[in-house]
Amino acid sequence: MTTVETAVGTAKTMVLNMGPQHPSTHGVLRILLELDGETVVKAIPDLGYLHTGIEKSCEDKTYSQAITLTDRMDYLNPLGNNLVYCLAVEKLLGLEVPKRAQYIRVMMVELQRISSHLVWLGTHAIDLGAMSVFLYCFREREEILKIFELFTGQRMMTSYIRIGGLALDPPVGWRQAVERFLKMMPSRVDEYETLLTENRIWIGRTKGVGYISPEDAIALSMSGPTLRAAGVAYDNRKAFPYSSYEEFDFDLPTRTESDCYARYLIRVAEMRESLKIIRQALDKISNEGPIKADAPGIIPPQREKMKTEMEALIYHFKIFTEGFSPTPGEVFVTIESPRGELGCFIASDGSPKPLRVHFRSPSYINLQALPKLIEGQLISDVIACIGTIDIVLGEVDR
Amino acid sequence: MGFQIVTESSRQNTNVVAGCLRSWNPKAVVDVLEFRGETTIVVPRELLRATAERCREDAKLQYNFLTDATCVDRYPAEPRFELNYHLVAIPRREKVRLRVWLGGNDPVVDSLVLVWPGANWLEREIFDLFGIRFTGHPDLRRILLPDDWEGHPLRRDYPVEGYRDVPNTGELFRKSSTP
Repeated sequence: MTTVETAVGTAKTMVLNMGPQHPSTHGVLRILLELDGETVVKAIPDLGYLHTGIEKSCEDKTYSQAITLTDRMDYLNPLGNNLVYCLAVEKLLGLEVPKRAQYIRVMMVELQRISSHLVWLGTHAIDLGAMSVFLYCFREREEILKIFELFTGQRMMTSYIRIGGLALDPPVGWRQAVERFLKMMPSRVDEYETLLTENRIWIGRTKGVGYISPEDAIALSMSGPTLRAAGVAYDNRKAFPYSSYEEFDFDLPTRTESDCYARYLIRVAEMRESLKIIRQALDKISNEGPIKADAPGIIPPQREKMKTEMEALIYHFKIFTEGFSPTPGEVFVTIESPRGELGCFIASDGSPKPLRVHFRSPSYINLQALPKLIEGQLISDVIACIGTIDIVLGEVDR
Repeated sequence: MGFQIVTESSRQNTNVVAGCLRSWNPKAVVDVLEFRGETTIVVPRELLRATAERCREDAKLQYNFLTDATCVDRYPAEPRFELNYHLVAIPRREKVRLRVWLGGNDPVVDSLVLVWPGANWLEREIFDLFGIRFTGHPDLRRILLPDDWEGHPLRRDYPVEGYRDVPNTGELFRKSSTP
């Protein structure tokens, strides 16, 4: 356990251990708070309680085996993690993914963004004392998880996005399921807004709390809704489009207040934008078409081909025994996860296993700004500030 | 846009960055690499902080955002450690990677916390998992592993399953290889 030197004793301050079991820390975050009465003088986050060595484990797996590990980092955004890893490997290989697969990927990660924001909104509201929002948010999240189950067979650890495409063709009835969700969701977002946006208690707990200037936010490498709430219009979907995002028409909500309330408004607006993107993706996805790149030796062959063609059987055997070997080199790919800029760095030495896989996790880097947000504020604002950064400890500690 | 080869714009960006840095200090650019449309500038160890500062301040470069810093261990090759800093110019929508090579017997480099405060935890993570020391870092402690952990697990000579004891001694796992 980390022990930390504080300036205790200089004044009438006391040190309070918040976490690692505190419910509002959304996992196992420990914060050492030095308090003067109810005011936070100093805050020191202490991490690592959930460190699982995913980056080290990746070095001992072939490129395709490591996909399942990525699910388990940010467990509210498994599809986004799959996507960033697969994009990095595809870039390393120089592999082109069919348009249909790209659109399905966009649709899935946008559904994931809504579900992640719903969990955020529900838990953030419950931290600040609004119980019912949580129940409504989880009701709609359940609908998204049902869609994921339909597509992938899994509710959470999907591993649906694979190198070169997708694991499975969308199942029968998928279009109706997504249409149903699109019809239902806009009114539900309005519902959350009626509960919170003009709620006096909500405004009292969030407005003016946790301010950070845009200069500080950039200097501290913050990204995602927290950065956009500070007035910096930086989003990887617009700045460095991936997976055909440049073909989609959506707005980038930004605000300038840079407090917890602004971040709440940004995330709600992002849910509406995501619905717009899903609508467009639905129109773009054709009913028939390839979902995997044509790359023998990298993409596993179809089952029926394996029974009839010798080459297919050989490739299948080789992919699952030794894997494939990309050219030596390094790539760094970033996408916009619900929490911010999610990056994947892969260094290849020409062998079937990566030399190094590194994830730039937005929660980890955004959390760095927490002391800046809460120092000088009241202890009850600490909870609002942890919530507003939207951390997932599985991703922080990796 | 899953597939990016060396495009016209990436080549142009490489030329802009390398040209700007060379005209500022010819010694700052040891090598310029391009792979899959990504620009890598290899910087000598002594000039890392000055070059990073230049990248941020130069009106033509505007690399104001340090998105990531990470290390690759090329053991048993020497110099074994390759530090990669990924910078983003938010106004220009361009990326660049600064790279520094460090030898295994003296893995020390200047900290970039003075240039970007956001480098703080990134460097602590590298210190924790690779054992690279950053001079001028305000708070260089382990961050993910416990303070009493021995060794640096992301080094290539650290086994993936950790140091395991010989069987039948009663101990299942031990953190260190030393008895």
